[in-house]
Amino acid sequence: MNTHVEIEAPTRELSYAEAIREAMDIALGSDPAVVLMGEDIGVYGGAFQVTGDLVHKYGEDRVIDTPISELGGAGVAVGAALTGLKPIFEFQFSDFAALAMEQIVNQAAKVRYMLGGSVSVPLVMRFPAGSGTGAAAQHSQSIEAWLGHVPGLKVLQPSTPEDVKGMLLAALADPDPVMIFEHKILYKMKGHVPEGYYTTPIGKAAVRREGKDVTIVATSLMVHKALAAAETLAADGIEAEVIDLRTVRPMDRDTVLDSVRKTGRLVCVYEGVKTLGVGAEISAMVAESDAFDFLDAPIIRLGGAECPIPYNPELEKAAVPQMPDILNAARSLAKGQI
Amino acid sequence: MSTDRNDDSNIPYAIRTHTPEKLKDALRKMYLIRKFEEGAEESYTRGLIHGTMHLCIGQEASSVGTCLSLTDADKITSTHRGHGHCIAKGADVAKMFAEFFGKETGYCRGRGGSMHIADPSKGNLGANGIVGGGLPIAVGAALSAKRLGRDDVTICFFGDGANNEGAFHESVNMAAVWKLPVVFVCENNKYGMSTSIQRSTSVKSIADRAKGYDIPGVSVDGNDISAVAEAIDGAVARARAGEGPSLVENVTYRWRGHSKSDRNRYRTKEEISDWMARDPIPRFAADLIAHGILTEAELADIDAGTDREIAEAIEFARGGPDPDITQLTRDVYTETAA
Repeated sequence: MNTHVEIEAPTRELSYAEAIREAMDIALGSDPAVVLMGEDIGVYGGAFQVTGDLVHKYGEDRVIDTPISELGGAGVAVGAALTGLKPIFEFQFSDFAALAMEQIVNQAAKVRYMLGGSVSVPLVMRFPAGSGTGAAAQHSQSIEAWLGHVPGLKVLQPSTPEDVKGMLLAALADPDPVMIFEHKILYKMKGHVPEGYYTTPIGKAAVRREGKDVTIVATSLMVHKALAAAETLAADGIEAEVIDLRTVRPMDRDTVLDSVRKTGRLVCVYEGVKTLGVGAEISAMVAESDAFDFLDAPIIRLGGAECPIPYNPELEKAAVPQMPDILNAARSLAKGQI
Repeated sequence: MSTDRNDDSNIPYAIRTHTPEKLKDALRKMYLIRKFEEGAEESYTRGLIHGTMHLCIGQEASSVGTCLSLTDADKITSTHRGHGHCIAKGADVAKMFAEFFGKETGYCRGRGGSMHIADPSKGNLGANGIVGGGLPIAVGAALSAKRLGRDDVTICFFGDGANNEGAFHESVNMAAVWKLPVVFVCENNKYGMSTSIQRSTSVKSIADRAKGYDIPGVSVDGNDISAVAEAIDGAVARARAGEGPSLVENVTYRWRGHSKSDRNRYRTKEEISDWMARDPIPRFAADLIAHGILTEAELADIDAGTDREIAEAIEFARGGPDPDITQLTRDVYTETAA
């Protein structure tokens, strides 16, 4: 037989955690200035096994276990970034960043501006975030809106293995401090991840599903809940457009407004506390633009409940938006149209 | 310290260690700091400066003695009371005044003001408006030096107030665990704003904090430039040799209040005048004259020369352009080529 068959390479699947590790492996392998810092990221492999065995490949000088000193550790990362290193700093849980806010907010975010542009802080911080693990109020928060409120920081919420690898590599190539929120429930989620080096743009949302009837702008884990809701909605004849915001700061205004102009309906879904959260910013962005004229119904925000994340599993589920909430919101908006 | 006597034993350390040119320049810098602060105070009174300032009059020996043997590659992190550190590390007083006056020609293009003056080209990573804010940053700079195989040392200035911040304890511990090339220099001027060290601090001498981290700690007369230089040189040599951090406490006193709002209700006039009698500048000048390094005529030249330098700096600053308001958000992020 003389036929040559082009065989497409099988789609390589990695988990979200593996994709992060692969990005860090590429960074450590290609740039001697890159170091990892965090609590128990060495032989332990990280609380969520994200750093895994990297310490065996790169050694303790580059995969640095810090003492349990979040403020000091974060500040060391800031100082190192100011003077030649490119640290990737892992908070064990995003909640613990509360201990380090001084260094993140007053130092990392502001130093370039305060010094008139004479320095930059090429720092990446990683925040395992979100609820659903039964870890209760101090290990389950979604604080991206806190940091999204600070000029000088970039705040990312990748929702897929492919994106988290590409966005981490984009963050490392960025001269400014970039905060990456990783939902803990996503760590085991598998998906296609391209091999080798690539970057996924910061500040660019992704349209995950096209639709004409209602726009659902979602972040992080909520993207997957929104996509599941969209499947059910489609069976009802409602075509939802699902936008994965991907970056909280800077927010992709164009993608959101274009979609709202098309659908005339908007649901914002995010896990952080609803009030003064990411959804408020998305809604205001629409309200302040010409897209407002295209709205056929009020905007709906679905955010975290106005309480700490509770322990009891049923209460915990009730504290953040779930698929049926998205379904109901989209249906109620589309009601007049269908 | 060695109790051995040698031929030089009655010659102050700085004088037997440095060239006459270096010593005369050190005295000149002490004059420059004093006159800078007086010029700043006068400019404030005349309404040329808005905002507050924290003057270091009386503490000049600590700044200059600490930086005496450093190179431009060595780093410092500074404090809210940092003008002396800047000048000791080689800053240009004209650009400092321009920053005070909020001018585009200032060190931070008028964005930082008194509390954020930095000069990365001279290894000055910046003053800090947060008590203790510079401590972990200094440790990070030392981490960079160690990881990147450089031999620069970082001097971390902080005040007695900062010794009770968590950032101090976390930073000293990490530097000690990792044997980093950093010297923690406490300028103990007796008061954190109004609260005395007796009322705030559990140890008699802040140098005793070193014991908790198993590093060397020494307390010196911070108004004696030689005592300061000797302690610092020992600590810097140890840091450069890879033996890790040290703590040096320069016991000194600020003649002026904490800031412009201070009504001096927490200390007596007698205490202030006692310390003013221990002025570090004439003390060093007298030593230089006694040891034949300096003549009265040269002293008069330094006095007149620094007067002139300050007057010219203020003129330069006043004549500088104000920042362009359309550039308000410049340098929040690094501008990257589109």
